[in-house]
Amino acid sequence: MQVSDANPITPPLSAIGYWRCMIGIIWREGLRFLHQRGRFIAALVRPLVWLFIFAAGFRSVLGVSIIEPYETYVLYEVYITPGLIGMIQLFNGMQSSLAMVYDREMGTMRSLLVSPFPRWFLLSSKLVAGVSVSLAQVYVFLAIAWFWEIEPPLAGYLTVLPALILSGLMLGSLGLLLSSVIRQLENFAGVMNFVIFPMFFLSSALYPLWRMRESSPLLYEICHWNPFTYAVEVIRFALYVQINWTALLVTLGCTITFMSLAIFAYNPSKGLIARRGGPGGGS
Amino acid sequence: MTHDDQRVEALRIEAVSHSFGKRKALDNVSLRVGQSGFCALLGQNGAGKTTLFSLITRLYDNSSGSIRVLGFDVRRQSGLALRNLGVVFQNRTLDADLTVMQNLIYHASLQGMSKSQAIERGTKELDRIGLAERQSEKVRSLSGGQMRRVEIARALMHSPRLLLLDEPTVGLDIGSRQAILSHVRRLVVEDGLGVLWSTHLIDEIASDDTAYILHEGRVLAKGSVDNIIEQSGAGTLKAAYAAIIGPAQSAGREVAA
Repeated sequence: MQVSDANPITPPLSAIGYWRCMIGIIWREGLRFLHQRGRFIAALVRPLVWLFIFAAGFRSVLGVSIIEPYETYVLYEVYITPGLIGMIQLFNGMQSSLAMVYDREMGTMRSLLVSPFPRWFLLSSKLVAGVSVSLAQVYVFLAIAWFWEIEPPLAGYLTVLPALILSGLMLGSLGLLLSSVIRQLENFAGVMNFVIFPMFFLSSALYPLWRMRESSPLLYEICHWNPFTYAVEVIRFALYVQINWTALLVTLGCTITFMSLAIFAYNPSKGLIARRGGPGGGS
Repeated sequence: MTHDDQRVEALRIEAVSHSFGKRKALDNVSLRVGQSGFCALLGQNGAGKTTLFSLITRLYDNSSGSIRVLGFDVRRQSGLALRNLGVVFQNRTLDADLTVMQNLIYHASLQGMSKSQAIERGTKELDRIGLAERQSEKVRSLSGGQMRRVEIARALMHSPRLLLLDEPTVGLDIGSRQAILSHVRRLVVEDGLGVLWSTHLIDEIASDDTAYILHEGRVLAKGSVDNIIEQSGAGTLKAAYAAIIGPAQSAGREVAA
């Protein structure tokens, strides 16, 4: 059978087509973000509340000794800032992926997946779009935090960018993976309780791990195996113009693993979606 | 035979079965939609209509049989198959926070179209459904029927040859239902589109349509509506449907007339 292209309007799946597709996905995510002011404000207020209130309250209780990458004793606010950046990206990663499955948005994923472009490309574009939004959120947060005397070196604002992209990709791909495998978490509250809170609290976001080990070796071990810990450390070191190689490699490895699993889960013939008829499946 | 050939069916499904675990959702389903043909897929909720749509749109792959869109195998030539396919899902899939035109541009980009192409096509399609002057309004401000029409316009942005509609009139009032149905029928005549229209509403099917009756994953009757009525020995399609799926079934879960 001769394969001739019957459709005169759409160009073949050329490089320019791929480019337009990815830009379209990012553009839509950006527009949605701008239109949902509530989401933007919530994304900012959440870490700021931690910074202004929680950190202020605990400042005197929790002393942080000199640990890398800090050169002097730092205030508790300074210590938790990278953790709060991680929190912004964690929420964003879960929201942008899971919103597709929950709410009344179920169809969004389906209309994305009927695009003729390969599925790995569509999912990656979706991920890049989510990360772009999280970058905007993080930089606005850092700008506000600067007035609260969270003043990393100026170069740090630049060196943290690749770290943020990597951690954003890791958390976004985790969200994407969850969106394909988890059905029991009926709403965002479920994700908060079973994913976001445990990941955030059982990490180095709020307290250095050596302090955790003093109080509970078991919890220390859990924190040690939590990928979020490594994402936070990548951000923390990058913000002070340093590289934590262990954290970097673990974060990179987790990103690749989560993304591969997500692509597998969304694979039409092998994946989990095929077995269950999700998302928005039914009969 | 080329794909431009009028003889190539817009959609050709051969012996497709699909199971979720032990539950067989589709059992040896074959179906054809010609170019410039309106084909109705009639079945109750749970008959397997949405599963069939998911397979055609490649949300997941068929485990047996084959599905071809304009001659392109959905599994092996999925890019080409999907490019010739437009779909209106049962759930609303427009972005309520974006404007009508923004929704169309987004969809066009998923097909690799440029923004200027998208605006040109979008304006034309919106004009056809009488919503051109509302292109800058947010989707949220549209009525249910208008949203459905925009979804149809969106599905046609990349000029597909096959249009799938999964229960497109669910939840709409009679006027909107009629408007959408006649719009789609006009597309069949004017654009030569092949249309697969799934429904559980018998009165949406005309006597000269091709219809497939799907029940518990199996095609129980197919052909022209007149033929189906004649073969069942009933006087109307509703009576024929009841006779075909079995009296016990129809008494319990009647398809709406």
